This record gives sequence, C-alpha cells and structure tokens, in this order.
Amino acid sequence: MGHDANTEMSERSGIDRDAVKPRRGRGRRGEELQVPEAEFRSYYGRPIIKAPVWKNPDVPLYLFLGGLAATSSGLGALGGATGRPTLRRTGRLAAAGGAIGGTVFLVHDLHRPSRFHHMLRVLKPTSPLSVGTWILSPFATFAAATAAAELTEPVLRGRGASTLAGLVRRAGGASGAASAVIGPALGTYTAVLFSNTAVPTWHEAHRILPVVFAGSAAAAGGGMGLVGASVRDNEPAARLGVAGAIVELVAGSSMERSLGLLGDVYHKGRAGTLMKASKACLAAGAVGTLLGRKRRWSAALSGLALMAGSALTRFGVFDAGIASANDPAHIVVPQRERLRQRQSTNETTQAPPDRAFA
Amino acid sequence: MSLFEAFSGTANSLSGPLPDPTTDAGWSGDHPKRVGFFTDTSVCIGCKACEVACKEWNLVPDDGTDASDLYRLTGMSYDNTGDLGSSTWRHVAFIEDVRPHGSATAAHGGQQTGFLPAGLPAVHGGGNGHTPRDADTAPPGGGTVDLLSLLPDDGAHGQQTPDDERDVRWLMASDVCKHCTHAGCLDVCPTGALFRTEFGTVVVQDDICNGCGYCVPSCPYGVIDVRESDGGAHKCTLCYDRLGEGLEPACAKACPTNSIQFGDLDELQAAADARLAELHGRGVHEARLYGRDPDDGVGGDGAFFLLLDEPEVYGMPPDPIVTTRDLPEMWRNAALTAVGLGAAVVAAFWGGRR
Repeated sequence: MGHDANTEMSERSGIDRDAVKPRRGRGRRGEELQVPEAEFRSYYGRPIIKAPVWKNPDVPLYLFLGGLAATSSGLGALGGATGRPTLRRTGRLAAAGGAIGGTVFLVHDLHRPSRFHHMLRVLKPTSPLSVGTWILSPFATFAAATAAAELTEPVLRGRGASTLAGLVRRAGGASGAASAVIGPALGTYTAVLFSNTAVPTWHEAHRILPVVFAGSAAAAGGGMGLVGASVRDNEPAARLGVAGAIVELVAGSSMERSLGLLGDVYHKGRAGTLMKASKACLAAGAVGTLLGRKRRWSAALSGLALMAGSALTRFGVFDAGIASANDPAHIVVPQRERLRQRQSTNETTQAPPDRAFA
Repeated sequence: MSLFEAFSGTANSLSGPLPDPTTDAGWSGDHPKRVGFFTDTSVCIGCKACEVACKEWNLVPDDGTDASDLYRLTGMSYDNTGDLGSSTWRHVAFIEDVRPHGSATAAHGGQQTGFLPAGLPAVHGGGNGHTPRDADTAPPGGGTVDLLSLLPDDGAHGQQTPDDERDVRWLMASDVCKHCTHAGCLDVCPTGALFRTEFGTVVVQDDICNGCGYCVPSCPYGVIDVRESDGGAHKCTLCYDRLGEGLEPACAKACPTNSIQFGDLDELQAAADARLAELHGRGVHEARLYGRDPDDGVGGDGAFFLLLDEPEVYGMPPDPIVTTRDLPEMWRNAALTAVGLGAAVVAAFWGGRR
C-alpha cells in the first residue's frame, strides 16, 4: 500500500512543479519573459488546487472497462433475445469481465484497499463515487451471475441435466436483463465523477462530458462485439460501435473547443498525444467497420481499433485533468474573468451571472 | 437531505448562504456556536510558530516537501514549507513585494501614502548577480555548506534595505483549511469519513477513511491531501480535541501577534469588519477580507483572512466555488445521457435479423 502510494504521488508531483513555470516573474529572476497567454499572478507559479491522487492506469482503465461492460450487457441481453448466440455470449462475458476487472482496479486505486467495504457504509447523493459504488455493485453482481449462467448452461446440458440447464438459462436471462438496465448508468456516471471536482478542465466540461463518455462506452462495447461475435451476429455491435465512435469524435472535439483557455491541455503534452491517437483509432475503427464488417478478420480488427480509441480517450481525459489542476492559470484566469464579469454586470443590472463563464 | 432533493436540485444546502451549517448537517439545535479562525495577515511576522505548534500538538509527521532539493530550500523567500497538504495544516507564505521607490503605502511602513500601482512591476535587474539558493549552489562532495556565502554580500544580511530604486514590502500569511460552509471535500466523501462537527468545522475520521482520494481534487483551495505513509486523507481539524476541552487551537494559542484569532465565527466577523475599517481609515486601501462573505461560492469560510493583496498572490483562488453547486445539473445530464445510451443499444437491433 505504501509503495503504491509513493510511486503514484511522486508521478503527480513530477508533473507539476517543472512543467508549470511561473508566467510572471514573481519572486524568481529571469522567468518573467515567459508570458505565453494570459497575464496572471500566482504564488511562485505553484498549483493552487491539488491534482487528483488517483492512480494511473487504474482509474482510466476502470473508466474504459466500466464503459465496455455498460454497453456489452445490453448487447448480450438483446443478442440473446434476438437469436444471436455469439453476440449474446460475447456481451455477457465482456460485461462480467469489465465489471469485475473494473472493480479490482477501483479497489487497487484506494490508498487503503483493505477498507474498500467502507464505500458501502453510506449512500450519499452528493458523492458521485458513493452513487457509483451503488451502481457498480449490483451491476457487477448481475453481470457475473449472467456470465456464470452462460458458461454453466452448456455443461449442464451436456451432462443431461436439461431441467436444471433450463432453470439456469432463465435465471441468466433475468440477471442479464437487470444488468442491461443498469448498464447505461454505469457508462455515464463516471463523467459526473470527474466533473464534480475543482479541476477546471473537468468541471467546466460537465455538460458534455457524459456524452463523450457515453460515446466512448458505445464504441468500446460495439468494438468488443465485433471482436467476439460471428459475422452473422455482429450487425448490432457494428452499428453501436460506429455510432459511438462518431458521437465520441464529435462531442470530444466540441468539448475541446468550448473549453477555451482550459482546453489547451488537450492539445499539448501526453494528453494531446493520447487524444490524437484516440481520434485516429476511432476513425479507423469506424471506417473499417463500415467497409469490413462482413469479413471476420476485418471486423475483429475494426473492433479492436474502436476499443483502443475508447480507452485512449479515457487516458487522455485523465491526463488533461492532472495537467489542468497543476496549472495555476487554469484557476486564476477564469476566476478573475468571472469576478470581472460579475462586477461589470452588477453595475448595470442586479442579477449576478453566476455561471456565465465557462 | 433526501435523494430527491439532491437529484432535483431543490436542496439549498449545496451552495449559497447558509446561516447554520451545523444544524443543516443534522446536529440538534442546541449545538455550540460555529467557531473559526480570523487570520489577520497585516500583523503576521512570519515566525512560523503556528506551523510548529500545529505539528507538535497534532503529531503531524515530516511533510517531505521537495525532498529532492538539498536542504529542502525552495527558493521561495523564507517559505521552505511550500503549501498546505496532508502533513502541513498551517502554512506561512512569504511574498517579497518589490516596487519602485517612493510608491510605498502605510502598509509598507513607508511615510508616503496614495499611489499604488495596479499590478506589480517586474523585477528588472533587481538581482544582485547571485543565483537562487538551491541544490545547484551546494558544494560538491557533500561537505557542509557555508550559508553565509550564499547571502548577498553587497548589503546588510537579512536587512530589508531598499536599493536606490526599489522598496520591498513583505507579505506574510498563515494559510489553513477554510472549514467552508459548503465543503466540497465533505460533500464528495463516499465513506462518511469527513463530517461536520458540532462546532461547524470539517474533520476527517481517520479510522473510516479508505484513501479513495476523492476529497483531494474536490477542494477548491487545494488543502486536503492523501498522506503517502499511511494512505489516509488528512487536514486541519481546527484542533477538534482541544475544542472539546474548551481550549483554543494550538496555532492560535502559539501566535505571538494575534494574527491568528480563534473564536465564535460571528464575533470574529465583527472583529474583522472593524479591523478592515480601521486599516482603510489609515490609508491601507489594499486591505481586503477573503472568505468573509457568506454569499461567495462556498457560502463563506469558517477560517477567513485579512489580506493586503489579491488572493492569488498568496496562492489562494480568487473566486472559489464549491463543485457540488452544479451537481444536480450534472446528475440530470448524466441521467438523460444514460437514457440516450440505452436507447442507442436498443436501436442498434432495429430491423430484426439481417
């Protein structure tokens, strides 16, 4: 535990101090020449808020796996209902694998993992992490039960216990339906988890981040379906994957633009590279799916590209948030602008435009 | 607060003025009055007695700030602490405010009053040729360092004698957890480890905290952090244990100039208003209160300040807003998007087989 904490914390502090030089030479000589964008004052150029101590890759991987599981559960349930056995099987196994893997990463991310069950002490609507715990726990339970049914039914049938196999099949269908109903919430609550922080790049994107993450979840689930399902069964997965990739590309670009000054973290450093790679993978995956869905190998390759694009988005958004938290300009400049706007509005009208600045 | 209130946004306890956060948190009406700190930085002398007293009383371990730096010298004036964190619950900031000679106000200790430049001038050639004191100036071979040799040799050591062209004003301020009326850290804590005490303060229960770290990026002031050695989140408790015994917090007790004042919040606010009026009357127009306004983005702070410059100069956000103010809207957006995502999955199966 202590070792994990150490490595992660040092990575965080490694990102800040040197990368974020004072834009104005307060108290340090020779650095007043660096005036890239807006002028602002700060305390020796130090970060004002604390960057998340969440671990990398644990948390971005959890976001990816949660999104993958969210849509896979739906593909599994509906694939079963519409007579697409390979899509059903893929969806069910991916839902369980994603939920269980995500839970493991979430617990490992804790700095006191042996106390993971303290998450279950309360249900707090003001804490997206608490709400998320109560979304993930039943989802993972239902998805795991569904996958267990998927795996045991043929074994039972092979041994001649067809009555029992029928029961298992029906139970699996019911729990699969339950996980499919919860799934979409698992795919979007994580946007609230990130937005509900003081990290400027995450918080100010709170209107569109759920759409980005929903698109990412659809691309991941659809991609998984393309990898696992037969050509005969994979059409719904292809449609979902392509739609998800388009939504993710459009909403992601819109988010980067609408953030203004705060969007700079998406265009430089590791986050910039990750987002570029993500867009390339999503576009390639979508085009590949449209052209090559009916060949097994090209469908699988396209699915992998869609999943990679989805995962890269999660890593990029995570990194952008760390960079934003470590940049005092992201705190001071928008807040100064907000104060200025409020002041000028108060001079003319009485209504304070409390959220005018994005 | 009920689930419905939280999700619908009808709860008024997420933002805005809130006269009694203690009762709002569920304490019965006969709880003690809300207490807090008023830190008057105009009389802070930068002695760091508050930092030491806090560490001693609360048994806070070594913070390890900038441990890569030899001697842990930050190059930030006399501030070798850095910032607030899991093992630094009081932090004294030092700002060397350099400005042209003759522009000093009463707050500088100068005789002239009046002209005050809107922004700080850059330090053009203000240096005396010495490199900053950091690891680069350490002697090779790991021997002892002659600290005196690192000091300017063309002036009296440690004396604030201005050059011909500049005056130096020292800004010193002891920063601390603000014990917000609407505390982001408390709102987002998923375990209930963070709670509002009967004194209206915000405290972490270490035996509950599982180190999820959600409170860390949710604090608009960058106060709370996870401690590397034990994995738990830690911050100022406003000496919860001392309050219960009728004692004042260790930092306030140790402060030799009464820069850190402890008391009932309403009395502190009245004292701060009087002090501000007094300073303004003496021509110190740059004095301002920070965190005093119950209409601000966090509903006012339990620990507030009198500052002599913009908050960001001291490393504080100029207009902090508790993140959960926008949470009801975020939940609505996410719920709508979830419905859309579910519909997309269903629509993907449209048209039946083939």
